[in-house]
Amino acid sequence: MSDRTYRYVGTRPVRHDGLDKVTGRAAYGADFSLPGMLHGVVLRSPHAHARIVSIDTTAAEAMPGVKAVIAGRDIPPNSAKLMLGGEAAIDLHDMGDNLLAHDKVLYHGHAVAAVAATSVDIAREAASRIKVVYEKLKPVCSIDQATSPGAPILHANLVMQGRPKSEAKGPTNIAGRMELGRGDVDKGFADADVIVEREFRTATVHQGYIEPHACVARWGQDGRAVVWCSTQGPFVVRDASAAILGMDAANVKVIASEIGGGFGGKIVVYLEPLAILLSRKANRPVKMVMTRDEVFRASGPTSATKVKMKLGARRDGTLVAASASLWYEAGAYPGSPSGAGAMCCLAPYKIPNFFIEAYDVVVNKPKVAAYRAPGSPMAMFATESLLDELARELGMNPIDLRLKNAVVEGDLAPYGPAYGPIGLKQVLEAARNHPHWRAPLEPSQGRGIACGFWFNAGMNSSATITLSSDGSAAVITGNPDIGGTRVAQALMVAEELGIPVERVRPSVADTDSAGYTDVTGGSRVCYATGMAVISAAHDVRDQLRARAAKIWNVDLESVGWDAAGCAVGLNGVGNFPPLTVTELAAQMANTGGPIVGRASVSAPMAGPAFAAHICDLEVDKETGRSRVVRYTTIQDAGKAVHPSFVEGQMQGGASQGIGWALNEEYVFDEDGVMENPGFLDYRMPVASDLPMIDTVIVEVPNPLHPYGVRGVGEVPIVPPLATIANAMRDATGVRFTELPLSPPRVLRGLAARS
Amino acid sequence: MQTIRYEAPQTVAQAVRLIEADPGAKVIAGGTDLLVQFRAELRQPTAFVDVKRIPELVGITIDQNGLRLGAATSAAEICEHLEMRRLWPGLVEAIQLIGSTLIQGRATVGGNLCNGSPAADATCALIVNRAQCVIAGPKGERTVAVEHFSTGPGKTVLEPGELLVACCVPHPAPRTADAYLRLIPRSEMDIAVAGAAVSVTLDKGGVCSAARVAIAAVAPTALLVPEAAHALIGSPIDDRALARAAQAASAATRPIDDKRGTAEYRRVVAGVLTKRAAAIAAERAKGR
Amino acid sequence: MAKVRVETTVNGEPAEFLCEPHESLLAALRDALGLTGTKEGCTTGDCGACSVILNGRLVPSCLVLAPEVQGQTITTIEGIADGERLHPVQQKFLEHAALQCGVCTPGFIVAAKVLLDANPSPTEEETRYWLAGNLCRCTGYDKIIRAVLDAAAQMREASAQTREASAQMTEVSV
Repeated sequence: MSDRTYRYVGTRPVRHDGLDKVTGRAAYGADFSLPGMLHGVVLRSPHAHARIVSIDTTAAEAMPGVKAVIAGRDIPPNSAKLMLGGEAAIDLHDMGDNLLAHDKVLYHGHAVAAVAATSVDIAREAASRIKVVYEKLKPVCSIDQATSPGAPILHANLVMQGRPKSEAKGPTNIAGRMELGRGDVDKGFADADVIVEREFRTATVHQGYIEPHACVARWGQDGRAVVWCSTQGPFVVRDASAAILGMDAANVKVIASEIGGGFGGKIVVYLEPLAILLSRKANRPVKMVMTRDEVFRASGPTSATKVKMKLGARRDGTLVAASASLWYEAGAYPGSPSGAGAMCCLAPYKIPNFFIEAYDVVVNKPKVAAYRAPGSPMAMFATESLLDELARELGMNPIDLRLKNAVVEGDLAPYGPAYGPIGLKQVLEAARNHPHWRAPLEPSQGRGIACGFWFNAGMNSSATITLSSDGSAAVITGNPDIGGTRVAQALMVAEELGIPVERVRPSVADTDSAGYTDVTGGSRVCYATGMAVISAAHDVRDQLRARAAKIWNVDLESVGWDAAGCAVGLNGVGNFPPLTVTELAAQMANTGGPIVGRASVSAPMAGPAFAAHICDLEVDKETGRSRVVRYTTIQDAGKAVHPSFVEGQMQGGASQGIGWALNEEYVFDEDGVMENPGFLDYRMPVASDLPMIDTVIVEVPNPLHPYGVRGVGEVPIVPPLATIANAMRDATGVRFTELPLSPPRVLRGLAARS
Repeated sequence: MQTIRYEAPQTVAQAVRLIEADPGAKVIAGGTDLLVQFRAELRQPTAFVDVKRIPELVGITIDQNGLRLGAATSAAEICEHLEMRRLWPGLVEAIQLIGSTLIQGRATVGGNLCNGSPAADATCALIVNRAQCVIAGPKGERTVAVEHFSTGPGKTVLEPGELLVACCVPHPAPRTADAYLRLIPRSEMDIAVAGAAVSVTLDKGGVCSAARVAIAAVAPTALLVPEAAHALIGSPIDDRALARAAQAASAATRPIDDKRGTAEYRRVVAGVLTKRAAAIAAERAKGR
Repeated sequence: MAKVRVETTVNGEPAEFLCEPHESLLAALRDALGLTGTKEGCTTGDCGACSVILNGRLVPSCLVLAPEVQGQTITTIEGIADGERLHPVQQKFLEHAALQCGVCTPGFIVAAKVLLDANPSPTEEETRYWLAGNLCRCTGYDKIIRAVLDAAAQMREASAQTREASAQMTEVSV
């Protein structure tokens, strides 16, 4: 596989959808309109925790211009039922309750009712006239609060899932606990020469996509709903909406618009079922667009966490034991990524004895949604910070310490299976050899390095390729394109069929027209949907070979396919000049009819991805303010189909991680109300905050994929948290274990040391 | 649901009549604070009175009296004005820090002042440059020193029917220069967690003969800090004087904890920014 | 609830629309005029997705009241290309893969065009500060900055060639 030379894969053509995007023609979720369309607005809870005593919508319904009002009573009750969606299962009961609250509101911003009216202003006014009587309850807004004795309980019927430590007694906010272990941890620590242990904390952070959630729904007279929406998973929208509303999935058609960022946050369904219900009641299409305030308050950020971790090593740097206790906030309903965090945090290293427990804790905050490598960044923040401490205690170079313990093919992952071919060592070597690692530092600067890991997903995908008689091709999948996957698919088709990539037109089709496909997420599109695309291309090739066989009047087995992309005769079967795709396509109608290639795959778990980042941080010790002055990302991509977009994932994920480490956090008041639900005070990196981000793509092919592709999208967000904290340690001598490293926190830490 | 009117008066008198007649009317220049508050339902005006078509409110004039800055002049226009930047580098620096380039296409000094935020970037730089606010109202025109213009968070001395028309800044004395620094966590965009403006005048021997120090975001209004100025006056603005000025600035703060910073942090950083701004102002003054 | 009628010039063409007095220019462009290339990301002027050019100035259209543009001149992303011919910034964005989801791209292109019209030779730092009001969550800004600097270089080259060509023509005609 690594010996194969590619004509198209690995090149950098302009993406097919690029022209529309640079001219403003591309249509995103809020850009769509239908005649007679109404505007839907959601009424949200002003309390973080309360019982709903009554809801009176009569005043709203009586307003001129209001055509429909719905509340929790309009969502059919669903018993707890799991549905696959994205990388995790969706609990339909919880989802229905999150869409519109039933008995209780569980976070400030929880949807309580929705109004459809002839204008947004009228809808908002009408929503304000809905009379809701609440019985206020005390909220819990942190892990410590939620788990303290006598804490207010969110769900009276919650039973801890997994492996509770002891017999569950009474109501709890701890929704789950899991364990991972190997060997004998106590003995391991007894054998250690050096032990480091710290408690780490991270805050609630949001994916921060620039495009708010938006949809238009139209209910037809035939009982069919058509939804246009911005989503990472049109099939999730379809299946979840259908399940919640008690409809057949085939009666919900979802058309995915272009999507303005998702990062996992647009796998969840917030608006579409509401818009469908309102449209049904009003008998008109309904458009719903979240405000930025709503996006922060009522869509899913990722977990705030508390991670206690302990590492033990011998004097020569060999890791002998590790233990960790991971506490993750799930938000209002169970389902944080603490389990994934537990599986990832030790994944890069050979540790014979370890014990990890991971807790899922409900709190009165919005339910968390996936955010790029969900669970891994927070847990690896702990591991990689402790390794940095260990390296200092042992007097070892931090890269050497990691190399000494790095996993290779055949080693067991902490979550069970043996690794196939992986590139961690190659990534670390590339880091050591990079000029950044040796560059001189100014006195006010420090340097940090850290690794990251993400499993990457496989899951299910379909693809269809249709050939035109002029030899051009269309490739159709159901995966919204967030980062250049369409052009990657076109490259694959070009490669397999020998057609120039400009003559391959990739598109994202709706749920009627595309075969079932799991979400755009999990770093899986280039891998799994790519496999489907390649298989579909082979299907086309086989059909083309059959046409050549017919034209030449030979057996199918005597027709091969050469590297130039032509059907050729094999085994000296005759003196036939090769036939190009264009030539064969021109004769389609006479040789058997239309050629449509199809494939559907259930891809095995993809190749795991490892990354290492290096950061130089300049710290103003009088103010605690810091600045990233140099940043390098190194990652094993398996095979970079379109290198520019692989680099883009590395740079984008790194900058999200940098924001997470330095300035991003939800600030809550004591009533559980978010104080900074806007881009002014939720501080994501701006262009002047960052330098150019260097990228080094390492390619250790993933044998599960025809080209060796590994997922690339998620792992880049994992290393920055510890990379920055380690650079801060290097610059200031202070080990910070709580993020973000905002200037007040840094100055306090510096003052405490002196 | 009331209708909100849009009015675009062409003269100061028209504007004054409009806002006197309708106490719920709000003056809009760039709208970068007002419209944000409006959409967050923190302010519900009965009318938006757009003052950008009034000639007296838009424009920059520099004559023998000094600078006259129309209250509704955009920050972008100010930042392009080379002469203003040459004479008052700290003031232009401060204005250039409002928001981002995008925001500066709209933001105005008048709006910055009338919004009455203690963290406003323009205020301290105006204070140390001895700016005066020219106010028009039903009873005619009056002038207020800029350090008295804001009376508390979101509050100003404007009476009903009054409109801020311009800021006037006298020419700096010879060997006088100013500087403004602020602390924000990112490099751009943020509201100041603390800010400090300093203007110093040096005599021929390089000794400070006059100074003004003002600090932002550390009290209910921007603060003029005479004690910090006194620490500089009579000194060659060396490290000792700078340290004393910093201490005086920190001591004058009355800060709060909020989502942008803690009180303790603001207290410390106000001092750090004061000494750094003073050093820059001194360097600039030497160059004149 | 009488709407205001506004007559204005958008992308070089006369345009008129009805709007509520308190409506933003952003809403008027998108809903009344169907120009959906300008995006809404926050309505507080903090993300830059709504960037347009008003009387030659870069402004956030979410913080402009629609009635304000009576008699004024507006350029949106739809007016940046010259018919089929892309502006160099647009072309370089494509070549450098400076967009991933693309929702921030219209705002960046409008902002970058205003930068290069004002300053044909911006440094990397100047470019970053000029564009600090435009948020991107996908790219980390690296390829965006490269694209803008490359467009600047190409535009300088093109105008140098134009100057040289017209200088030669002047010589010839003399």
